[in-house]
Amino acid sequence: MTTQEHTPVTDHAPETLIHLDEVSKTYRGTEMPAVDSLTLDIPKGEILVLVGPSGCGKSTTLRLINRMIEPTSGRIIFEGEDVTDVNPDLLRRRIGYVIQQIGLFPHRTIAENIATVPQLLGWDKARIGDRVDELLEMVGMEPHLYRDRYPKELSGGQAQRVGVARALGADPDVLLMDEPFGAIDPITRDRLQNEFLRLQAELRKTIVFVTHDIDEAIKMGDRIAILRAESHIAQLDTPERILAQPADEFVEDFLGGGATLKGLNLRRVREVELYDYPVIRPGVSRDEALRLLQHSDEDHLLLLDDHERPSRWIDRANLDDPSTPLAQAGLTVMVHMEPEDTLRDAVEQMLHSAHGVACVVDSKGAYEGVVRLETIMAEIESMQRLAREHHARLRAQEEREREEQS
Amino acid sequence: MDSLLSWFEFMGDRSDDIVRLTFEHARYVFMVALAAIFTAVGVGILVRHRPLAREVALGVAAVFLTIPSLALFVLFIPIVGLGFWPTFIALYMYALLPILRNTVTGLNEVSPAVLESARGMGMSRTQRLWRVEMPLAWPVIIAGVRVSVLMTTGIAAIATLVAGGGLGDFIKNTVNRYPLPTSVESVWTGTVFTILLALAFDAAIAGIRRLTTPAGIR
Repeated sequence: MTTQEHTPVTDHAPETLIHLDEVSKTYRGTEMPAVDSLTLDIPKGEILVLVGPSGCGKSTTLRLINRMIEPTSGRIIFEGEDVTDVNPDLLRRRIGYVIQQIGLFPHRTIAENIATVPQLLGWDKARIGDRVDELLEMVGMEPHLYRDRYPKELSGGQAQRVGVARALGADPDVLLMDEPFGAIDPITRDRLQNEFLRLQAELRKTIVFVTHDIDEAIKMGDRIAILRAESHIAQLDTPERILAQPADEFVEDFLGGGATLKGLNLRRVREVELYDYPVIRPGVSRDEALRLLQHSDEDHLLLLDDHERPSRWIDRANLDDPSTPLAQAGLTVMVHMEPEDTLRDAVEQMLHSAHGVACVVDSKGAYEGVVRLETIMAEIESMQRLAREHHARLRAQEEREREEQS
Repeated sequence: MDSLLSWFEFMGDRSDDIVRLTFEHARYVFMVALAAIFTAVGVGILVRHRPLAREVALGVAAVFLTIPSLALFVLFIPIVGLGFWPTFIALYMYALLPILRNTVTGLNEVSPAVLESARGMGMSRTQRLWRVEMPLAWPVIIAGVRVSVLMTTGIAAIATLVAGGGLGDFIKNTVNRYPLPTSVESVWTGTVFTILLALAFDAAIAGIRRLTTPAGIR
């Protein structure tokens, strides 16, 4: 997720790119519709997450948009154009599509896979080659290393990156993603989610993202539509407001416990003020370091290496023991946060770290500051205050409307 | 030792016949393989999404294979006469099943996720078939061709009974002339060259398979 400042989510509806107008789908041989008269505006440049229990019709809804499934009734409006009856193949070439199993073509190289849609659209060779390299770089894979490899040589995470690159092949305005990170181990998934959000911050695609995982929804969504059976929308709002004010019991149940912790998923490390931990660099004298330690409120100093990377936690005892060089004294800094990581990740890391703080580094690994428990507490307080204020405003508005009516 | 020497002598004397009949034999196998590939792969493609049609097609090809081979060669004589045609038809009917079955299997084994993503990117039905399904099914299909060709090479020896020629002529020669001199040498010649021909075809198909299978699925 991209929080409010990162993708401006305003109170008034943003421009709609895709509009579903009372779309229904009833599968042959069943009486209950999978999707029942769904009307949904998909705002431009945002990630809209469809989330709900299995069987609620969220995947069907997604597949109705690019007409992988033909609607039984209703209209689909795409960029102002009614596409309910146009040639579905031509429609799909304008919409990126990522599925959980990825479905890379095993007989084609990575470059050929990514070139699929540009080729269908008849781009010339040079343009396709440039685009493939650009996309590989965009998803963090060295073009000259990966261009000519085959899908079987990729790890799950790499395959998923190529899947995203392939979906972006012809630079579509829209991406449909059906549980794109569902089949990936939790650590890689988390990294891919962060990378994807970083990419999206640049690309500003219109994305419809299906998941059954509310935490993923909260993390990825600018807006979340919580769906109950037959794709009825239980609540559609920003993650902040859904967490602060669930519309009904169904939403509350679906959110599950620990809403505060989940709220921390919405804040990124780069959005909070980092604390300046006392640091020392290679070559510092022990006396200097000792003075620094005595003047700080901390029990430790953070030793950086030659590349400004956090390296070791040095305490008083380490400084007093000249037999061990500082570069080998103290405890190694085990975990690093990046600015894109969430505060929840930070809490997680603090609990694991020896000193209750999480080191933040930039993309090159250089030290930027630390997140402390105090930082987190202040952030929770401010989030609660904002939610209270928002609801107070809403209540006031409702009251005004009631007065106007009477 | 004596019999081996006399066999070599026999082959020396009959080398012209050996070459002629081997080529005749090979020509049957080659033409039958081409015809069977076109039909069986074509039918396989047509029936791949239709379970009923698929079962019917496989069933018919299986019935062809259960007809005794001798009968199959003879059955068509009243319609097409002796020589090339009854041989070609019989071998063709035999060759269908392995190729058809492998075509159907190969196409069915293409991962649904791959097909879903192909469709989702806007590939038409035809594009999906030729750019995705066939390249992926190809190694399985060609394995079927291999079985067909080996089978046909062996059975083509029966062609001699319907005046179709081929290396079977050496074998029939033995039946007609036993126990006259060189009659045993004759059956050995027919058998050994049939096997050598089969091995040559097998190697050729293995080579084609390597050359035509995309590197990513090799």
